[in-house]
Amino acid sequence: MTNWIQTLATDDVATEDVSRFDHAGRTFAIYRSPDDKFYATDGLCTHEKVHLADGLVMDNIIECPKHNGRFDYTNGKAMGAPVCINLKTYPVKIEGGKVFIDIG
Amino acid sequence: MSRGMVIIGAGMAGHRAVISLRASGYDGPITVIGDEALMPYDRPPLSKAAITDENEPKPVWLMDEDIAASLKADIRKSVSATKIDPLAKTVSFSSGENVPYEKLLLATGASPRKLNCLGGEHALLLRNFEDAIALRERFLPGKKIVIIGGGFIGLELASSASKRGCEVTLIEAQPRILMRGVPEPIAKIVHDRHAKAGVRMMIGIGIQSLTASTVHLADSTAIPADTIAAGIGAAPRTSLAADAGLTIDNGISTDETLRTSNPDIYAAGDCCSFTHPHYGRRLRLEAWRNAQDQGNVAAENMLGANKPYRAIPWFWSDQYDLSLQIAGLADAGPVTVTRKLSDDSLLLFHLADSGKLMGASGIGPGNSIARDIKLAEMLIAKGASPLASQLEDPQVQLKALLKG
Repeated sequence: MTNWIQTLATDDVATEDVSRFDHAGRTFAIYRSPDDKFYATDGLCTHEKVHLADGLVMDNIIECPKHNGRFDYTNGKAMGAPVCINLKTYPVKIEGGKVFIDIG
Repeated sequence: MSRGMVIIGAGMAGHRAVISLRASGYDGPITVIGDEALMPYDRPPLSKAAITDENEPKPVWLMDEDIAASLKADIRKSVSATKIDPLAKTVSFSSGENVPYEKLLLATGASPRKLNCLGGEHALLLRNFEDAIALRERFLPGKKIVIIGGGFIGLELASSASKRGCEVTLIEAQPRILMRGVPEPIAKIVHDRHAKAGVRMMIGIGIQSLTASTVHLADSTAIPADTIAAGIGAAPRTSLAADAGLTIDNGISTDETLRTSNPDIYAAGDCCSFTHPHYGRRLRLEAWRNAQDQGNVAAENMLGANKPYRAIPWFWSDQYDLSLQIAGLADAGPVTVTRKLSDDSLLLFHLADSGKLMGASGIGPGNSIARDIKLAEMLIAKGASPLASQLEDPQVQLKALLKG
C-alpha cells in the first residue's frame, strides 16, 4: 500500500543539506544530495532520538548533531558506533516543485 | 591461561577498546575489569536524564551481557585491580587472581574531587549511576538544593534540580562560572539562563564549612540546605600506574600513540595525559568522545598499528533548552572572532596569532549550533586559517570555507 504525502518545497532544502518535516506526530528528514537528488528518512537518530535535521550533511552522509553517529541517507545504512541500527528510508518523488514521500 | 588483552576500567574507553580489538580482527582472550556492579554504561545521562526522567531511570547500556558474549569478552564486575607486575606482565585482581597480559590498557577514569573544608563529607558527589540515583531521590519539588561548583557537572545538576522543582542555589568561588575552557560570553548566556530559571547564582565566593543542613560561606552567610552536592572537578585515577612505576604527569603519561612509559601498557580516557600533535602540548581530557576515540585508537595500537591519536577535542553540555559545544581548545587561540546568531545563540572562533583556527565554541537552543561546530572541527583538523570577516558573517556558510 502506498501513501504519498506532500512534504517540503524543493527550495526548502539546500543542496547537500537536510530539513525537518513533521507530519501527524511523526518527524522526517528530507535530504538534497550534492548531485541534486532528494531522499527521505526517519527524522530521529536510531541511537538517542535526536533530530537529524540539526546534523551535518557531507556527500551522502548525515551525522547526528549529538553523538556523531553517521548514516548513509540514500539507503539508511548505519556507518558504525555509536549507531548500529539502520535508519528507515522512504521513497521520494518530486511534483510541481514539492517533495512527496511514501509513508505507506 | 594464555596471555590476552586486559583492560582495567569498564567505562566508555574500556568498552570501545573491546569493540575495536574485535573489529581489528583480534581473536584472543579479552578481560575487562570494572569496580562497579554494572555492565558498561553511558555516563552523560547521569547529570541529566537519570535525574529528571519521570520514569525510574535505568542505566543506558553500552554493552549488555549478550553483546559481551557475542564479542567473547570476559567482563568482570565488582572487581578492581590491586597491582600490576610489569616484568611478569600480570595484573592482580581483588578477587585474588593473577591474570597475564599480552598488552594492558589502563582506562581507570577519574574520581570527583572531594570538598576540602570542614564538613566537606556532607557534599554528595556524582560519578556513578548509583550516585545519580541518590541525587534523584533527594531532588524533590520544593527541596533546598545547594550545588557547589560552577563547572559542567555543577551546572547540569543545577539545571536538573531546577527542572525537578527544587529551590536551587549554585555557589562558585571563581569570578565567573565555567572559568576553565569556556569563553566569557558563552558563560554569560549560561549564567543568565540559570538565573532566569530561578537558580540563585552566588559567584566569586568561597565555602568556609558545611554541616548536614547548612553551607557556611567565607563571608559568614549561612545557606540552609536539604541536600548539598559538589561538582568541583575530577582527579585522574593513577595510583595503580604509579605503583607500577609508570610515568605520571597530570594523568598517566603517554606518547602520541597512547603508549605509557612501558611499551606493553597503554592508557585511554579521563586518566590519560597525552601529547596532542595538533596542539603540540600535553592534554588530559575528561570528555565522552575523547574516551570513545582513545579507546579505539589505543586498541588498534595494542595490536601494533602505531597510529597517533590526533582527534580534535570536542565536548558538549546540555542545560535547560540550551546546548553548548566546543571543538578544539578555546584557550589555544588568543584572537576571538564572534558570530552572533541571536540573543542566546552565538559562535566564537579562536584563532592563533598566525590566523590558524584553533578552537570554536558555540551555544544555542537545542542542537542549533551543532553543525557549525562540527564544520569548525573539520576546519581545525585541516589546519585552516579562515578570514575573520568570513567567520563573523552569519551569511557565510562554514561548509563553503571548508571546501574553498
